Amino acid sequence: MSAVVAEHDDHHDHHDHGPEKGILRWIITTNHKDIGTMYLVFALVMFFVGGTMALIIRSELFEPGLQFVDPNFFNSMTTMHALVMVFGAVMPAFVGLANWMIPMMIGAPDMALPRMNNMSFWMLVAGVLLIASTLFMEGGAPASGWTLYPPLVLQTGKALPFAIFAVHLLGVSSIMGAINVIATIFNMRAPGMTLMKMPLFVWTWLITAFLLIAIMPVFAGAVTMLLTDRFFGTSFFDAAGGGDPVLYQHIFWFFGHPEVYVMILPTFGVASTIIPVFARKPLFGYSSMVYATAAIAFLSFIVWAHHMFTVGLPIAGELYFMYATMLIAIPTGVKVFNWTATMWKGSMTFETPMLFSIAFVVLFTMGGFTGLMMSVAPVDFQYHDTYFIVAHFHYTLVPASVFILMAAGYYWLPKWTGNMYNEKIGRLHFWLSAVSVNILFFPQHFLGLAGMPRRIPDYAIQFADWNMVSSIGAFIYGFSQLLFVYIVIDTIRGGTGEKVSDEVWEDASKHSLEWTVPSPAPYHTFSTPPERIPTEHF
Amino acid sequence: MSSHDAYYIPHKAVWPVMATAGLMLMLAGFANYLNGSSIGSGMMMAGFAAFIVMLGLWFALQASESESGMYNHGVGISYRMGMMWFIFSEVMFFGVFFGALWYARNISVPWLGETGFVSGPGRSTHDILWTAFESTWPTNGPGNVGGEFEPMGAFGLPFLNTLILLTSGVTCTWAHHGLLAQNRDQLIKGLAATVGLGFLFVAFQATEYYEAYHEMGLTLGSGIYGSTFFMLTGFHGLHVCIGAIILSVVMFRAWKGHFKPENHFAFEAAAWYWHFVDVVWLGLFIFVYIM
Repeated sequence: MSAVVAEHDDHHDHHDHGPEKGILRWIITTNHKDIGTMYLVFALVMFFVGGTMALIIRSELFEPGLQFVDPNFFNSMTTMHALVMVFGAVMPAFVGLANWMIPMMIGAPDMALPRMNNMSFWMLVAGVLLIASTLFMEGGAPASGWTLYPPLVLQTGKALPFAIFAVHLLGVSSIMGAINVIATIFNMRAPGMTLMKMPLFVWTWLITAFLLIAIMPVFAGAVTMLLTDRFFGTSFFDAAGGGDPVLYQHIFWFFGHPEVYVMILPTFGVASTIIPVFARKPLFGYSSMVYATAAIAFLSFIVWAHHMFTVGLPIAGELYFMYATMLIAIPTGVKVFNWTATMWKGSMTFETPMLFSIAFVVLFTMGGFTGLMMSVAPVDFQYHDTYFIVAHFHYTLVPASVFILMAAGYYWLPKWTGNMYNEKIGRLHFWLSAVSVNILFFPQHFLGLAGMPRRIPDYAIQFADWNMVSSIGAFIYGFSQLLFVYIVIDTIRGGTGEKVSDEVWEDASKHSLEWTVPSPAPYHTFSTPPERIPTEHF
Repeated sequence: MSSHDAYYIPHKAVWPVMATAGLMLMLAGFANYLNGSSIGSGMMMAGFAAFIVMLGLWFALQASESESGMYNHGVGISYRMGMMWFIFSEVMFFGVFFGALWYARNISVPWLGETGFVSGPGRSTHDILWTAFESTWPTNGPGNVGGEFEPMGAFGLPFLNTLILLTSGVTCTWAHHGLLAQNRDQLIKGLAATVGLGFLFVAFQATEYYEAYHEMGLTLGSGIYGSTFFMLTGFHGLHVCIGAIILSVVMFRAWKGHFKPENHFAFEAAAWYWHFVDVVWLGLFIFVYIM
């Protein structure tokens, strides 16, 4: 490989710095597209690993009574499902999109720190290997829920130190990835690409990266205290020594609340990128979208104890965290309004990415409303730790983050591969997902309001019907995701056989730079800066 | 800003993935060691050695690329941003432990002694479990965890260490001035003084720990006071060691003739890190030792 990017006559050139052959290409690659692909493939695999765990949970809950697994393993499954989905699937998928798209969207030749980029991917793999290894250990995988609350988590068997070190590795990986995103966006933009001309996906990732750098060390500190409490005799979370288990909850949720926004802000970014293209209108309220994203990120740091309303906070704390939490509805409402206004009187077409995006707007709003319900502290005493909260956050993660990840896959696959996916199967995938995800999660609202607690393998007989409905929805949803795998593989291998244009979607090149380069995107793009900055997106 | 024409895109390197493998082996070894496995410590050492060697080879590659003039201004900005945000993440990491100290002193301990939020939830713990406990600081809690101990005073070795670290900040800046003035002698002497003061700090802290454990009954297990004291000062001491090692490498490179007034990212990064460690110590001196 040449050390310095050669000056091309024309960046529509060919694969002149093409990849090396063989497996080593992937292992030691520093190319943002290779690394992005590895992140995306890894995330997709983990999506099915975590999904299998979810189906084990839903199988056990299909009927009352203990059927398939023992309670401790059931609790391991709820814990591992969450950890795998959050740290192995959704976050890496968005990092993969960031790697692929940010340099192309801002007209940069690569990420700012390519070798560190390689390291952050392998750190992720190392972390996931450590956490996955705990499934096979004496005492089983952690079974305390993904929040790893003490004192319960301190009763974990041999798995505990492995889980803690896995968190450390995943944290280092995320911090390195976030630093890379910030350095890339601040330092690598093409001339003329001012901050307020960046596509919203880039903006949301910039803000997400700040969140990540601020919170991952906090989580690392919290689990380090768990480690020393268990193995080195400290008393951080032990009242006998003057500590307090609630301290862990404060630290965890200071990390945890921004963490859930790490998964939703890039979701907003992709939605804001896709909807204008298929509505054939500029995004409504570009600058208000930027400010709303920043406002949500700021608020995420001052609302954490709404996860702890029932733990015994002083009344002043309950009130403060209740009102602060309600404030989040304002910038989020601005966003939903803007997406709707973007579609208003647009010349809309309903290709698969747009279908997933519209479903996201509707169903994420549902999840937002239940969040608003739970922000009311006195009412939350009824909802807390029931299936209502399970329904709430799954609405904000599955038909929101996961749907948008699917939308992103359909939207950019033609750019990545140069081939068109099968639109018919794509729409089938969408409709199966959109219907089954509601069969899966909507009844959980009823279960929660009726009092069914979360994280239990068995339940009272009055919850039987809705659990059965939910489990049926889960299996339809889970298996219909195999269609996506089929489509991805099929598209890579040629898809519909139709060669796509550079632009792929009508007028997309007026919205963002990635549609001005050939499809598939050459191994190196923008080794010379683009001449024209698209401005249609705002 | 965005002048990335001919921005340097590094060629592939095997060191990042190898370093990751070493780190993973080290952590898996440590976890095995904590679980009482006999292979744990060997695994941990092997992993640590691999990690350090791989990092060393990686940094050697970066240094040689830098010296051969491959990095332009834009690359330098990316590296500086990377270092800046890495230090910010470290600030947040120390923030957690300072936060835990604040929480113990202002919330958990007062609640256990029923002072403070009298109508709050701490009361029942006090009433049911530890009616005799009175909230004080320092404390090892109502359970007298770790037994009687004597808290660490501020104006012995810790005060001396404050002076040492502040002086090392000055010598570090003096070295920087030497670099900018192309006075290599001053650069190397300044760095040597900084590294020397750094290791002197660590030696004094080791003495302090020895006294705490052997004469004062103060250990990591001395309730919440021991926990916060040793975790905060321990992580800080670890960072002093890392900073001193980084500065030693920079000194070695300065002796080899590296760095120019317009191209010395490694020196700047090491100096920033050193000043960060310095500032953390001032926080520790105030909140852990004095208050």
